[in-house]
Amino acid sequence: MIDLNSPHFHRNCEGFGRRDFLRVGGLAALGFTLADWFALQARAAGQPAKAPARSVIQLWMGGGPPHLDTFDPKPGAGVDYCGPLNRAIDTNVAGMRIGELLPLLAKQADKFSIIRSMTHGNNSHETAAYIMQTGTMPGDLVYPAQGAVVALKRAEVGAVASSLPPYITLTNPLGRFSECGFLGNNFRTFAPGGDPNAKEYRVQGLVPPRGMTDERIQERRSLVQAVDGLARQVEKQAALGEMDEFQEKAYGLLLGDAKKAFDLSAETEATRNRYGRTQFGQSCLLARRLVEHGVPFITVNSGGWDTHKNHFDAMKRLLPPLDQGFSALLEDLHQRGLLGSTIVTWGGEFGRTPKVAIDAPWFGGRHHFGAVFSSVVAGGGFKGGTVLGASDFRGENVAQRPVYPWDLAASIYTLLGIDPKGQLPHPRGCVAFVSPLASGTVPTGGLLKEIMA
Amino acid sequence: MFLLFSCPRLFTRALCAVLPGMLSLGAASAPAAPRGKPAPAPLCFVTDVMPQLDRAGCATAACHGSTSGKGGLKLSLFGADPKADFDALTRDGGGRRINRVEPEKSLLLQKISGALPHDKTAAVLPAKSPAYTTLARWIAQHTVYAQANAPQFVALDVTPTEHRLRPGESATLQVFAKFSDGARRDVTRLAHFQSNDHAVAAISPEGRVTAARLGECALVITYLRQSAVVRVVVPQPAPAPFPASDAAGRIDELVYARLKLLGLAPSGVCHDEEFLRRVYLDLTGLLPPVAAARTFLADANPQKRAQLIERLLASDEYADFWALKWGDLLRIKSEYPVRVWPKGVVTYHRWVRDSIAANKPYDQFVRELLTASGSDFRDGPANYFRAHPTKDPLSFAETTSLIFMGVRLECSRCHGHPTERWTLADNLGMAAFFSKVAFKGTGEWKEEIVYVEPKGVVRHPRTKEIVAPKFLGGDTVPVGKEEDARPRFAEWLTAPDNPWFARNAANRVWFWLLGRGLTQEPDDQRPTNPPSHQELLDFLAQELVSHRYDLKHLYRLILNSRTYQRSSVPQPFNRADATHFSHYRVKRLTAEQLLDAIGQVTETTEKYSSKIPEPFTFWPSTTRATQLEDGNAECSFLELFGRPPRDTPYEEERDSEASLRQALYFINSDHLENKVANGQRVKRLLAPPARSDAEIVDEIVLAALARFPTPAEKEKFTAYLAKNKASRPAAVRDLMWAVLNTKEFLFNH
Repeated sequence: MIDLNSPHFHRNCEGFGRRDFLRVGGLAALGFTLADWFALQARAAGQPAKAPARSVIQLWMGGGPPHLDTFDPKPGAGVDYCGPLNRAIDTNVAGMRIGELLPLLAKQADKFSIIRSMTHGNNSHETAAYIMQTGTMPGDLVYPAQGAVVALKRAEVGAVASSLPPYITLTNPLGRFSECGFLGNNFRTFAPGGDPNAKEYRVQGLVPPRGMTDERIQERRSLVQAVDGLARQVEKQAALGEMDEFQEKAYGLLLGDAKKAFDLSAETEATRNRYGRTQFGQSCLLARRLVEHGVPFITVNSGGWDTHKNHFDAMKRLLPPLDQGFSALLEDLHQRGLLGSTIVTWGGEFGRTPKVAIDAPWFGGRHHFGAVFSSVVAGGGFKGGTVLGASDFRGENVAQRPVYPWDLAASIYTLLGIDPKGQLPHPRGCVAFVSPLASGTVPTGGLLKEIMA
Repeated sequence: MFLLFSCPRLFTRALCAVLPGMLSLGAASAPAAPRGKPAPAPLCFVTDVMPQLDRAGCATAACHGSTSGKGGLKLSLFGADPKADFDALTRDGGGRRINRVEPEKSLLLQKISGALPHDKTAAVLPAKSPAYTTLARWIAQHTVYAQANAPQFVALDVTPTEHRLRPGESATLQVFAKFSDGARRDVTRLAHFQSNDHAVAAISPEGRVTAARLGECALVITYLRQSAVVRVVVPQPAPAPFPASDAAGRIDELVYARLKLLGLAPSGVCHDEEFLRRVYLDLTGLLPPVAAARTFLADANPQKRAQLIERLLASDEYADFWALKWGDLLRIKSEYPVRVWPKGVVTYHRWVRDSIAANKPYDQFVRELLTASGSDFRDGPANYFRAHPTKDPLSFAETTSLIFMGVRLECSRCHGHPTERWTLADNLGMAAFFSKVAFKGTGEWKEEIVYVEPKGVVRHPRTKEIVAPKFLGGDTVPVGKEEDARPRFAEWLTAPDNPWFARNAANRVWFWLLGRGLTQEPDDQRPTNPPSHQELLDFLAQELVSHRYDLKHLYRLILNSRTYQRSSVPQPFNRADATHFSHYRVKRLTAEQLLDAIGQVTETTEKYSSKIPEPFTFWPSTTRATQLEDGNAECSFLELFGRPPRDTPYEEERDSEASLRQALYFINSDHLENKVANGQRVKRLLAPPARSDAEIVDEIVLAALARFPTPAEKEKFTAYLAKNKASRPAAVRDLMWAVLNTKEFLFNH
């Protein structure tokens, strides 16, 4: 379809679009062969650079977590800003203080760094989530989330270590924007749904329903073959052949070992308890198992952070499970020697207003705040025990060293060995860079060199 | 815009002696040098240097054509701006790239020849190569840009324009540039060649075309931003005698003519069962109900297919399904990135659906959209302008030309179109028609009024001059200073002689029904992407115009044709054909069709909701997927099976390709399992009065596949039920599950 040897393959800017790109999808595991694009990329890239990070676990606080009550406490700002949570606590790193409801994380502070000067200035969920997830500003093209980019780039260099999908969201998709963007359906995140904390947790699609034996699966399959006359008559039509390959692989997965990655019963009770018997905690544990199985990008989707009303009650409900799950994940990854190769990030689409909305109907609420907020990074080449940037006295403005979403995203890409100035397959053959830093069209504070080992 | 491509008198003997083979002349037209004064005209940038740079790939996106250039040198992408490129090479950096005294020491030549380090992937023009020599001479002759009053390059001329080749055979193209003074210059060695289907024929950089396998393809030849197209036909040995035409009308005659040319014997006409399921899915998005299937299959009336088409064209489901299609193009969606908001979504969708149900003439439908004003919550078509992420005249122009003309202007926003002549000026001229569209808020949350702002203008981003409205490929339109120019645009667009409007509509309808456009991609009409059946496309467009833009007339013509009603089973003589409609092209059911079909077979409904904005919206439980107004309605099934996100109006957004997760869904998901187990159909089949195994098997197969089971299938299925008497409910569920997992179910065939 594309003649790479032709000196003219560039004629359509880069020569081919998403359709060509996907047409080869049926050839290998999970449809990520895309031979032409990859051959081209591999040729352009040469050897992939040695990179510290192999996987990313993104802890996503959908709705927007408050910076003041978590990683950027401002006890001096007074009750109008702090509400009842007016204490900062010491951590195991001298001078690094965090919110009072995160005591377990305080003991792991040497493993993570806090970015207190994140900014994009957008206060709407959808747009801000898009900016943070893709590391780009909205434009004519709808960009893929970082997880989809990582999935693509891993496949480009032939580094798909697992038969599992490369971009997994635990357990429900973010919903607020399309995570695959212009890369198309093959790069959409795999979100198995359900609650890993539930007794009967099993992954849709991978683990058969209870009572469904391998024999019955095989028997059903032979029934299909008995009735599928069309497949034989029309075998030469390409669309049918493609579907065959995927069905074949699906049976392989279903009857094979890959599903064991999702089996939490293989963990000890002590481990499960350390993470916390909550959906968030068990999702963190599952994320660690997936990292062990070679999955390069996992998002743990924790919702409920859009706390316009009764914010402080919500914090007392939300922060302890976060503290437990997040701290357990860091400790566990460290003990297993995985933290060096696994980036863990924490954050949401924006922070929340530092000044508390006291009156009805809010009764102590915090609203959307994109001017300055905090993110946390750990592992995979990010240093621990440091604070990057600062907000002002009341946490309302960037005071030092702005960090834009694309600065963070490009730093993560860099640690994964992905060139932020590299390209993505534009749907209509034009140029699409991995990061807007490549085209210089955005303000930047630069890569996070200060906290990258 | 091609004024810049002027050319001095360069066909001199001296030059030809230096560059043997590089510049051959049209002997008759070469202007003679003035007698006695053999002063050769100097080489010039536009005609001599640019083609060399272009051919070496210097101005591509990967090299110096990228937005920020490369290695300090920036050229315009594909050489769309020759003057800027000339300045970049000769003046930028203090003119350090050029050494007129010692041309060979010019940075330009040292880089391009590899004497100095250059990007490893870049092309190299070795010293003393003809191309290198041209550049050196041009520098020595003091880097002339272009000469005044020189003949202009007007068009490409490629001979011959159609090749008939056998697999393995080759032919060589000759490419001539025609100039305003009648001169012709052989530019074969300087032109770009590209085949739009390498599997049929490949073309070498030297212009040698080699046929690979049977089929038909187009070769696009580009030189200095002008293009020409050559058709290559590779017929296969046809069966003898070639089957006679069974044409039922003009469509079939035109399709048959191409099939005969290629030696592709068409497949026969499909069975009633296939037709029934196909036409239901294509017109209503639904499977034929069991009772309707029984009646149709038993009907002996020879006119029953035409009658069914009429009945379905008049149905409510037809309006639902086609409102869904138009909802994709018009981006009817409440949130990111188009933000129509739920109330606007409902108002807009209702207007579209009502227009389709009333069979509003297509030109009127488009005029109403393009000239709409008013509240987006009350006036449906006003949402046409709201449903743009950036809501600016350029995007209105780009969207309008894409949806209603099949013209992709967006390239020209940043750079010249790679193969077409469109530039930013064309894009701005179209945008100027929409310069007075403005928005203002009201007291109601998220409501906006689309109104005409008399002061609205479009300015050129660089010169800041006000741009006058200009029809694409046509004239500037004198409009009053405060006049809303949209009605003039709508009138031009929907005029019978508009070259794009009716063709685009006809092509889209053909694509929707046959699974492949006559022009493919269906929204990419341009000379360098010629249709597979030009005459057929013209015929359909004429029919649309002569029937006052009655889309149902077009549907009737196509659906009643033999071409639409061909069997999907390929024959030995047309197996390799994927583009000429020798047999029906199978299409996987779209996401919405598939979910509704599962609902019909199992007799279940689906819960749809939207989180935008809070509080959440819930649809009534009887809503079908094909009835959903809002592209933001949450449904993981629809996402999994490739519902278009409605982010952009491109057809390619709908993704009906297979994936592993889809396969896992069908083989092993609670969702499907529950629908089968808890649906009304299985319950009814198992409830008293007791039904025979044969009856159960009949109904399941009929519901899913619109046909009765074959004897072999019936035997296997009834045997399965007999064997599992003890667990009969589970066995019936297994049968239904099996039928839902067949390709015959998953595909429209």
